[in-house]
Amino acid sequence: MAETKQIVFPGEVIEISEIKPRNGVYKNKEGKYCSQYFGTIQKGDDYIDVVPFTGHYFPRRGDKVIGKVIEIGPSMWTIDINSPYLNLMHMNDTPWKMSSGDIKKYLGIGEYIYAKVMTLNEIKESWLTIKDVGLRKLEGGHIISVPAPKVPRIIGKGGSMVNLIKEHTDTRIVIGQNGLIWIEGTPENILRATAAIKKIEREAHTTGLTDRMTEYLKGDAKNGN
Amino acid sequence: MGTESNIKLLDENGLRLDGRNEMELRPIKIETNVLERADGSAFIEWGGNKIIVSVYGPREAYPKHTQDIDKAVIKARYNMAAFSVDERKRPGPDRRSVEISKVISEALSSAVMVEQFPRTQVDVFIEVIQADAGTRIAGLTAASVALAAAGIPMRDMVVGCTAGKIEGKIVLDLSKEEDNFGQADLPMAVLSRSGEVVLVQMDGDLSVEEFNQAADMILDATKRIAQIQRDALVARYSVETQGGE
Repeated sequence: MAETKQIVFPGEVIEISEIKPRNGVYKNKEGKYCSQYFGTIQKGDDYIDVVPFTGHYFPRRGDKVIGKVIEIGPSMWTIDINSPYLNLMHMNDTPWKMSSGDIKKYLGIGEYIYAKVMTLNEIKESWLTIKDVGLRKLEGGHIISVPAPKVPRIIGKGGSMVNLIKEHTDTRIVIGQNGLIWIEGTPENILRATAAIKKIEREAHTTGLTDRMTEYLKGDAKNGN
Repeated sequence: MGTESNIKLLDENGLRLDGRNEMELRPIKIETNVLERADGSAFIEWGGNKIIVSVYGPREAYPKHTQDIDKAVIKARYNMAAFSVDERKRPGPDRRSVEISKVISEALSSAVMVEQFPRTQVDVFIEVIQADAGTRIAGLTAASVALAAAGIPMRDMVVGCTAGKIEGKIVLDLSKEEDNFGQADLPMAVLSRSGEVVLVQMDGDLSVEEFNQAADMILDATKRIAQIQRDALVARYSVETQGGE
């Protein structure tokens, strides 16, 4: 049985020693740092964060997200990226040459894109772009969804965790910061990758997860799935 | 309150109808994430009360005129099932439930960090399945757990309790009979760590001394209830490391 990380509740005072508090922490009236979330404490080299167990995605500039086209205008698409706010993408922010009016030929309703949050305005509306390296329309594959706060855990340090899954299940995986994940491969492999991701999601608050996932994926391969 | 009767609410030993002493709470049980499709949910059993709370959001506020450009709006809806009380309650919002929805929304707004997600709403649905006095406070206590389980940023947890006066004596956590035939009822909710009051209502009459005594008893009880809230939240995460797919 793996050990769990330290769990904190909203309003709980967090001991700060030398390292700076970053996300999920606020200063109360007495000047003490408290947790905002019901979640776990994550200590890095320079920062201390409180990571909630679940929660909605809020766009930040530069985030790479997976979005679904929900509406098409004459010159822009409305994209659903699981955030409470409106997200748009203009036709000039795509690599395709087109004139307004026929943009749905390139990207139709219900199709997915891997995009970057280009700008955020004062009222938190955001503009997306797919005009950058690696950004694209996602064709084929399968989309699954996890809570946005679990995404860093699924990616792992420097992408270690997701690479592990890719290797062992022989799939292509794209992870959006907003919690949507695109997986491509044979149906069996997609199911195996999904099971592995769901396992990480369930056990994100425990320590030593990478090692256990290696074991799990090896065993999984041996079972002849 | 107010209903004159000959019912003895305290026996010769000073014990109440259900055998509790004046400082004792009814048994409380909270369970979290009971609903699959809600962002967060909680089920509370507090004595005879059975209440289910679901939380959705933050999501874009509709209708649009309810949006606040600076902060999120908390929309709590307290609703009693028709079968939740002895005599069938006419379904739908009435004067009482609209009032309770309002005070609960306001109590929760002071705990949730509403300024972090402007123009959105957080829906809190409080469904009373079985009522047995103190439902607003039980609903609010469970709502705070559901909000925490939904991963919504909060300054603190909200926790509440009631106190009241029966046969001239101040007692904690009134039961149905004590509520109906007692002299006063004082529901109160606080932020669990700082003790700031976020909800206080009073039905009946209390002197200043009695009020202070009741408030002290409630503050003391909320510490115990807050622990139950925390245990309920943690319960989900201590067992989940077992098993794979």
